[in-house]
Amino acid sequence: MRSEPVVQVQALVKRYGTKTAVDGLDLVARQGVTAVLGPNGAGKTTTVETCEGYRRPDSGTVRVLGLDPVRQSAALRPRVGVMLQSGGVYSGARADEMLRHTARLHAHPLDVDALIERLGLGSCGRTTYRRLSGGQQQRLALAMAVVGRPELVFLDEPTAGLDPQARRATWDLVRDLRADGVSVILTTHHMDEAEQLADDVAIIDAGRVVAQGSPEELCRGGAENTLRFSGRPGLDVVSLLKALPPDSQADELTPGSYRVVGEVDPQLLATVTSWCAQHGVLPDRISVERHTLEDVFLELTGKELRS
Amino acid sequence: MIPAPTGTGRAGGTGAYAPKPGAAPLSRMIAAQAALETKMLLRNGEQLLLTVIIPTLLLVLFSTVDIVDTGAGEAVDFLAPGILALAVMSTAFTGQAIATGFERRYGVLKRLASSPLPRWALMTAKTLSVLVTEVLQIVLLTVIAFALGWSPQGNPFAVLLLLVLGTAAFSGLGLLMAGTLKAEATLAAANLVFLLLLVGGGVVVPLENFPDAAQGVLGLLPVSALSEGLRDVLQDGAGLPWGQVAILAVWAVAGLAAAGRFFRWE
Repeated sequence: MRSEPVVQVQALVKRYGTKTAVDGLDLVARQGVTAVLGPNGAGKTTTVETCEGYRRPDSGTVRVLGLDPVRQSAALRPRVGVMLQSGGVYSGARADEMLRHTARLHAHPLDVDALIERLGLGSCGRTTYRRLSGGQQQRLALAMAVVGRPELVFLDEPTAGLDPQARRATWDLVRDLRADGVSVILTTHHMDEAEQLADDVAIIDAGRVVAQGSPEELCRGGAENTLRFSGRPGLDVVSLLKALPPDSQADELTPGSYRVVGEVDPQLLATVTSWCAQHGVLPDRISVERHTLEDVFLELTGKELRS
Repeated sequence: MIPAPTGTGRAGGTGAYAPKPGAAPLSRMIAAQAALETKMLLRNGEQLLLTVIIPTLLLVLFSTVDIVDTGAGEAVDFLAPGILALAVMSTAFTGQAIATGFERRYGVLKRLASSPLPRWALMTAKTLSVLVTEVLQIVLLTVIAFALGWSPQGNPFAVLLLLVLGTAAFSGLGLLMAGTLKAEATLAAANLVFLLLLVGGGVVVPLENFPDAAQGVLGLLPVSALSEGLRDVLQDGAGLPWGQVAILAVWAVAGLAAAGRFFRWE
């Protein structure tokens, strides 16, 4: 059984002048980590900023922790952590100074020194914000989003421009937040980030949600998947096909190299290996190729570049 | 139930990040915000140039070197009230406009808007920070003026009222500029206005030195009203200068109302 939604967006429409940024978007995010994926200009940031109370919907409703982010902002703000895509810090402030200040605005903040240590911000020393590296600025913004011990955190592209180490550190923090019961809504265009972190993925394109589900569910849908193995040449493919579920295909691509196409699941793998056992075949290589989130994403949102 | 996250090798959390949300008491938030704003201001070299160095240099230079005709009496008795008016303008208008303009540009105001700090509390903290800075300026300039032989007169409460009204008028105008123009435009315009009002606002050059037609208009400027009002009290020992008080009050109401109406946070 899953908990009440932390974010509920219904038929959200948001226009800027004549441009429609969000066009009847429905989104439900529950406890856990929800990734909002989409190409540039899809409406990710507008949707998240509406949830944060920065934008008023032109129509539709938005509820965050059951509250209206604009009208019940005062009750909501202490419970929600926000990481903007960029900025948000006095250009003359030091990292520790700004984090301590943000902590002081909350009743029960995290231990600032531990957070500084954890996110590697100790090395910033007396450097002011404008002279920090992009990665340090990102990590400070992340620390500011979580320091107030919120129930829900919005992270807008939290790892954009980070090096692999900093990216790992961010991922680890998101996992720890999740494990402690903090819900996270993050926007990203890194598929691996969504696959690694998210319980639930919503793919947005042209201001609408075009698919939502767990990474596994999304990858299972769409086109069929492939299993490959190699053994001695000339195996009886027709016999193999009979053992497989009805809609599957099996063929020998090159001598000794076999391909099975169909709904690839653990049962299918068991069927193929037991067929091999019956026929005295020891496959010296067996591999499963499933659709990645990236395949699903490109299939849904098209391959042409966006502005 | 949610399955344990993959890849951490941990079934549940340590509890270190377990939610415990809540806003700090308002007084603590406002005090923290005011302290940070003041620290940012005092750390900024350009701001110090504007709020401390320029008023100090002008006071010393014009009091000791005979550059402009300041009328009868000691030059410092004419200059000190004008320089106090300039100090108020440099902090409440120029400094506040530039700082707030860049805070808006760099998303500081936006980020604070999603913190537990209410907007009115942020503006209160900004005002406190301006007042703290002004107290520091006034103490410094008063000490220097006394060293130069200043002998002020008049009612201290009249002086205080003029300073507070002047601060309100300049804050409204500064925030109006910061909240409507781009940060770079605010930077340029606020410095230009500072320079023009320094010359034409009765700060170091007596308004009587300007043509009669210009005097009437220049006298309505907030910095002229403040410097002339302070001079009436501190130099001439007059009671409350109602004309200047009225001019400053009108600027304050109009400026703050316009800022409240047109200020954009992003």
